[in-house]
Amino acid sequence: MKRIILILLALIALAVFFLQPEKRTLPILGNRDVSPAGDTVYHQVPDFAFIDQDSQMVTNATFASQVYVVDFFFIHCPTICPRVKKNGLRIYEKYKDDDRVALLSHSIDTRNDTVAALKRHALKLGIDTKKWHLVTGDHDAIYGIADDYFSVATEDPDAPGGFDHSGRMILVDKNRHVRSFCDGTDAEDVSRFMEDIDVLLEEQYPK
Amino acid sequence: MRKKGSYSAIFPIILFLASCQTNPYREGERLYKNTCANCHMDQGEGLRGLIPPLRNADYLHLHREKLPCVLKYGLTDTISVNGQTYTEQMPGVPTLTEIQITNILNYINNSWGNQNAPYSLEDTRRMLEKCAR
Repeated sequence: MKRIILILLALIALAVFFLQPEKRTLPILGNRDVSPAGDTVYHQVPDFAFIDQDSQMVTNATFASQVYVVDFFFIHCPTICPRVKKNGLRIYEKYKDDDRVALLSHSIDTRNDTVAALKRHALKLGIDTKKWHLVTGDHDAIYGIADDYFSVATEDPDAPGGFDHSGRMILVDKNRHVRSFCDGTDAEDVSRFMEDIDVLLEEQYPK
Repeated sequence: MRKKGSYSAIFPIILFLASCQTNPYREGERLYKNTCANCHMDQGEGLRGLIPPLRNADYLHLHREKLPCVLKYGLTDTISVNGQTYTEQMPGVPTLTEIQITNILNYINNSWGNQNAPYSLEDTRRMLEKCAR
């Protein structure tokens, strides 16, 4: 009898252990390497330096103590950009007063989207520069960094507006690691992505 | 008992007929989703100060005569919608046919709170003459 009770207790303990809601963590995305010392080296966003709508330099240091959401767009984009912007605004509004989160949109039309044009664009969207940087910069640097965010940006005269790009939004943590992404044109996927932001905030800013 | 039976036979037919008539703007809606909704959004809400709303938009009835040309050839002027100014260019869709334009306009003008006079194919044709290229 005693044995049966013991087994039952053990089973209950096991059940409690396994049924506990597991704390979700986000993976570190991208290729990984092994260093000579045997440590895993994760993909990191490389150094960058762009100019935002207030003529301010935006670098990795800008986001040193922030997680940030990245996307690629251009002002005269007749296709997916307005939808991505609309969903970006959902993220912007949710974390408006939360300094741990920032947004970074890269223009891929480096010829037309000047600092002045980006400024007008930001004013029309009613967004605060410190929270949401719209940046331009060296053409090759912008197109190059798209790869590091696992996003696609190409110039294509046959594409509507002259550029082809994915409407992806990418979540980067404080350590330059890409942790999540979503289809910025899909409201539902963006909702899931916003939950991921919360998971990351919990991980990176323990109470 | 027999009466009840005949009712239950009629009821699905009524339902079927009603379902055919709930959305007279189905084709316009389909075209809108494909050609307009990326910018003006699914509920015609637009995007802040960038893209004007179509929902409850005074522009629609104030510029009724102009709309077919706007759809086909776009807009470059600064416009005012419900008191707000918009300066962004709108690209037109020159491949739209007269029938397609009529369908889209009738959908927009009878959705999201808009209740404006319908466009006949004749109306669209006449209005397009002003911007014929």
